[in-house]
Amino acid sequence: MRIVLDESKCSSLGMCESVAPNVFEVGDDGALTVLNPTPPEDQRALMEEAVAACPTGALSIED
Amino acid sequence: MTFVVVGASLAGLRAVEAARKAGYTGRLVLVGAEPHLPYDRPPLSKAFLDPGEPPPVPHHRTQDELDGLDVELRLGSPATGLDTGAREVELADGERLPYERLVLATGAQARHLPGERLPGVHALRTVDDARAVRDALDSGCRTVVVGAGFIGSEVASAARKRDLPVTVLEAAPMPLVRAVGEQMAPACAALHARHGTELRCGVGVTALEGDGRVERVVLSDGQVLPADLVVVGIGADPVTDWLQGSGLELDDGVVCDETLRAGDGVYSAGDVARWHNPQFGRSMRLEHWTSAAEQGAAAARNALDPSNASPYKTVPYFWSDWYTDKLQMVGVPAADEVKVVGDLDGERWVALYRCGDALAGALSLNLPGKIMKYRAMIVRGATWDDALSFAAA
Ligand SMILES: Cc1cc2nc3c(=O)[nH]c(=O)nc-3n(C[C@H](O)[C@H](O)[C@H](O)COP(=O)(O)OP(=O)(O)OC[C@H]3O[C@@H](n4cnc5c(N)ncnc54)[C@H](O)[C@@H]3O)c2cc1C
Ligand code: SF4
Repeated sequence: MRIVLDESKCSSLGMCESVAPNVFEVGDDGALTVLNPTPPEDQRALMEEAVAACPTGALSIED
Repeated sequence: MTFVVVGASLAGLRAVEAARKAGYTGRLVLVGAEPHLPYDRPPLSKAFLDPGEPPPVPHHRTQDELDGLDVELRLGSPATGLDTGAREVELADGERLPYERLVLATGAQARHLPGERLPGVHALRTVDDARAVRDALDSGCRTVVVGAGFIGSEVASAARKRDLPVTVLEAAPMPLVRAVGEQMAPACAALHARHGTELRCGVGVTALEGDGRVERVVLSDGQVLPADLVVVGIGADPVTDWLQGSGLELDDGVVCDETLRAGDGVYSAGDVARWHNPQFGRSMRLEHWTSAAEQGAAAARNALDPSNASPYKTVPYFWSDWYTDKLQMVGVPAADEVKVVGDLDGERWVALYRCGDALAGALSLNLPGKIMKYRAMIVRGATWDDALSFAAA
């Protein structure tokens, strides 16, 4: 599983970080870093939650 | 079994998606008053109003994606009544939809000024409203915004991005007091002047006048402002009129318990739902994107499995884009003390709200990297001292 970020859509709202702070972090400049773009399979439900939490639809999961 | 969701916007869409995800394979019906496929509202007062090419409607899902959910859409036909005894939803076209499980997600509707509705006067709640406001801004009008809340402030930002003159009127002595508290409201209001918007507080609107379309706004102090576009942003009310007589408890929203249950087989979600939020031990009705999305999913899961229903608790979160600035708020503004870290006249600051010995809320300007860390602190019940030392670091 790979986390894909569409930077053009992300507006640094940070919901993904709120759901999974070990995978996502918004920097002070507003840029989102995907700390771990290939999280282990046992985190799939959490990653799906993070994708759903993003108000701008900037995140997706690729297998 | 039939699962009916009324209200085809964010909360309603998340409800039907969650029902399928939870393994529900029966009949699923999504009823919506608007003819449009579900679309996103926050961009309507932000990117959708930006100068340049008109952007596409921010739909949440395509028709194909909705077909994939195997959901029957009843768009453009509002529900007009609910019979909880017979377990039926009545639609405007006369259809009576039987249900075993029901999620109410009819959201909120913009308040209007009493009196005449002249062309050129708009609320901003739907995509049709947003198109009209956008077209008016594109034609280079003089804009008056009534109500200095978040939506009104975002409309003012859109006008200033086109270098158009804009006046924002606020009936209260200070805007946003309910949203951010008395102490921080002036700091938010001050952003208007910095970007060339005139904000007038403590003044009401007596009349909107014009010959065939709006031409001027008459104020309670007797002054008259010329205007080609008037945007009314004086708040929204939960859409519950159609539920009168249904037996459900209504009190500024559909009253729910902590699992979002409103009645037998009936759950509610989003802007219309007033529920008991265990995180703060009090009843709340939020008009925020995040809670609407989460509640939609939670209400559907609980409706399908009431005996294992889980409470929905949350630390409220909203954001608003003003001019080039990003305001973000987590938690609640009711506080024993508010402490500002940073320079209120500068580009970045955060205000922390203390309740007893705990961090209850945080409001930030242009600190997107910090705000979710405060949210996490509120969730885990961090102490005030912890919050202060994090802010100072
Ligand atoms: C311009 C604007 C900007 C916003 N910006 C932000 C922001 O920056 N951040 C943030 O957190 N939140 C923001 N919000 C709030 C956010 O959009 C709402 O919280 C969210 O849309 C709530 O979703 P909902 O599904 O509960 O209700 P709604 O989106 O109000 O949808 C309810 C739907 O139900 C339909 N309906 C009503 N009555 C009936 C009926 N009788 N039968 C069938 N259907 C019916 C309505 O037509 C509507 O489509 C903004 C809202 C607006 C309008
Ligand atoms: S939730 Fe979405 S918009 Fe917000 S930081 Fe994450 S990816 Fe970006």
